[in-house]
Amino acid sequence: MDDLRKRAKELLEASAVKVVIGYENGTENKTRAIFVEKPEDTGKLIFDSRCIMNLASYLTKHEVKNKGKMAVTATLPVMRAIIQLASEFQVNDSNLLVLGITPESKLIEFKDLAEVESFVHKYQIEIDVRNKEMLDKIDKMPASERWNFWIKELAPCFKCYACRAACPMCYCHRCTVDFNQPQWIPVPSHELGNLEWHIMRAVHLAGRCVDCDACYNACPLAIPLNLLTKRMLIDAKEHFGGYQPAIKAEHLMSTYKPDDKENFIL
Amino acid sequence: MADFEPRIVAFVCNWCTYAGADLTGTSRIKYASNVRIVRFPCTGRIDYMLLIEAFNEGADGIIVSGCHPNDCHYTSGNFHARRRWIMFRSLCDFMGIDIRRIKFSWVSAAEGAKWADIVNKTVTEIRALGPYDEYKKVAKTPEKEVIHG
Amino acid sequence: MNSDRRLIRKDSLEKLFKALKQNNKTIIGPALQNGKISYKISNNYSEITSDYIQTTQSSKEIAFPRTEKILAYSKNAEGMSVKGIDIKDIPEIVLWGVRPCDAIGIGELSAIFNWDYKDEIFNNRLSKVTVLGFSCSKADEYCFCTSVGGNPGNTEGSDILFTQLGENGDYLAEILTEKGSLIVSMAEALFERAGKVEKEKFLVDVPVRFNHEDVRNKLTTFFESGEWVQQSLKCLGCGACAYVCPTCACFDIQDEAHGKSGSRVRCWDSCGFSLFTLHTSGHNPREVQSQRWRQRIMHKFSYMPDRLSVFGCTGCGRCSRACPADMNILEHLISIQEATV
Repeated sequence: MDDLRKRAKELLEASAVKVVIGYENGTENKTRAIFVEKPEDTGKLIFDSRCIMNLASYLTKHEVKNKGKMAVTATLPVMRAIIQLASEFQVNDSNLLVLGITPESKLIEFKDLAEVESFVHKYQIEIDVRNKEMLDKIDKMPASERWNFWIKELAPCFKCYACRAACPMCYCHRCTVDFNQPQWIPVPSHELGNLEWHIMRAVHLAGRCVDCDACYNACPLAIPLNLLTKRMLIDAKEHFGGYQPAIKAEHLMSTYKPDDKENFIL
Repeated sequence: MADFEPRIVAFVCNWCTYAGADLTGTSRIKYASNVRIVRFPCTGRIDYMLLIEAFNEGADGIIVSGCHPNDCHYTSGNFHARRRWIMFRSLCDFMGIDIRRIKFSWVSAAEGAKWADIVNKTVTEIRALGPYDEYKKVAKTPEKEVIHG
Repeated sequence: MNSDRRLIRKDSLEKLFKALKQNNKTIIGPALQNGKISYKISNNYSEITSDYIQTTQSSKEIAFPRTEKILAYSKNAEGMSVKGIDIKDIPEIVLWGVRPCDAIGIGELSAIFNWDYKDEIFNNRLSKVTVLGFSCSKADEYCFCTSVGGNPGNTEGSDILFTQLGENGDYLAEILTEKGSLIVSMAEALFERAGKVEKEKFLVDVPVRFNHEDVRNKLTTFFESGEWVQQSLKCLGCGACAYVCPTCACFDIQDEAHGKSGSRVRCWDSCGFSLFTLHTSGHNPREVQSQRWRQRIMHKFSYMPDRLSVFGCTGCGRCSRACPADMNILEHLISIQEATV
């Protein structure tokens, strides 16, 4: 933590960056984002196991990015998100410096995003045991039971779009749900509206989701909506050899192989 | 359910399946009349939301069909479509949407008989499954007031 | 009507619940789903939770549902037919287990829906609701009802307010309105005479953290302050705060058409969304999140008191609890009060 503060201070003093995005103590033992612009404020930066929010979500936000070059405290999921964002031309070396935190909680310096990428590639995206069990459980249900499960789980959703706001990959200025010519997704949060929103969200994140669980952590109603994107991740692995964000890669869903395998086309 | 006639929506590409279905007609092959064909430039243009929309509007089954691999008029539209179908079909299955009601096929402009066969088989299968009431119930929710989450 | 103070035994609450059911009341109470407590229709007393500081969502849905069909139309050979909401179709609701900060919120919401246009649907729904409030014996870091004129045992907005007299104790029932008396009459035997009870002794102490009149005065000259940007940098721009808020009343009107028939639906909206103010031309008068955050605070602490003589905040702290970015409204209000313009 001291390393992090020291490095942040140096960067701000040398005007190498305009803002350091990190974590600070929040309410009720939670942590939250802080945007440090003055060297003397770097003492507020913290890092510990409570810091689970994906700070990459802020990198595409107007008022943050307009400050100038940003440095960001980045755990592995945040780094993955950054690489995916870089591949989608949302961040680059001229506007972002990554203050990496290794899974062992050590500060790691990166010269550029290419270095971040090679670090990220040392680790595979693994779905945790608890969620894996849940996925298996759902897979084993008969189809109609699965249907009822999802209708019930999605019923509380009131479409506050916290999942969208907290997701680093949901940076579109106007989301599909915000268009009404045509209105693809019903605006009201009735059963159909909720079902369609969550289908759409999952599909738009297929092959891009870095499995950081920001959506689930953001949901004020604790809807297990991250299971949908996790399932997409498993499918990507099964059918297309897995997903690993890469700066110059073709996106999983905007590319193809002539010999992609399936067993259902007549 | 003896008098149930399924409503099937077919999303087909202009260059292969649509022409194939045309051939079915000009070849005087008789097939089930339950299908409403919607013509698209390419399977790559068939957005997954359209399939959802078909169910919303009361379809009991869906057929999506286009050119065989390597035959795409636009070179790779059907390859892209195939990737999306793989993911979308799996997501639908995971969410409990009855994937027996969504058929994907490659039907070329020369396969008039195959088209008739696919439609007939789909209609028979969906007639046996009955109307897609499970989905229709949800699609009708705008008809009731929603109050308590 | 002066409040009538009675005593109800802890075990009698279930009997009261049953008596209400027998009188065909729809009971909506706090229930647990996915570890979150929300108001749900309760068919059995066992579904109701009593161990909570605050529910995740407010109770505003009883009069202002998240999605509400306000009319249905269809086209036929003779022309058009339009059908609105019939008050007879609205159920008689008993809202069980509401905290005083929620009960008072119903009044604030009502002020908005009766400002210039009297919203018939809202008023009709509300007229069918009886509010059973439960005072607070616990609070957390997010609670600040006392800073906005409320308190943990506030009777305002409740028809009956129950206060538990100590942990596992019986309840003091303050019967506050005609609607409350009607509830008592359904199970008269359960409500005993109360002796002299010092209710305040059993309430949690929620310290006053800021002065809402000071905040209101400060806001009159605070519009251009840089503080809004500072506060809202971490705001992600979702609508969680607005949707859990007991007094947020913004809505959107949607037409859901299916061929020759359809319905007009009123559904929640939030000033936190950029789409909320987006013009057809593409111009957006609240272009960035700081302007939207400013609107939220100004509306609740300046515009509402000016226009409606009520504050748009009850101090329930839900918005802060629900915020995925930990935007703590209490902290922000304190810093507005302390800021030098």
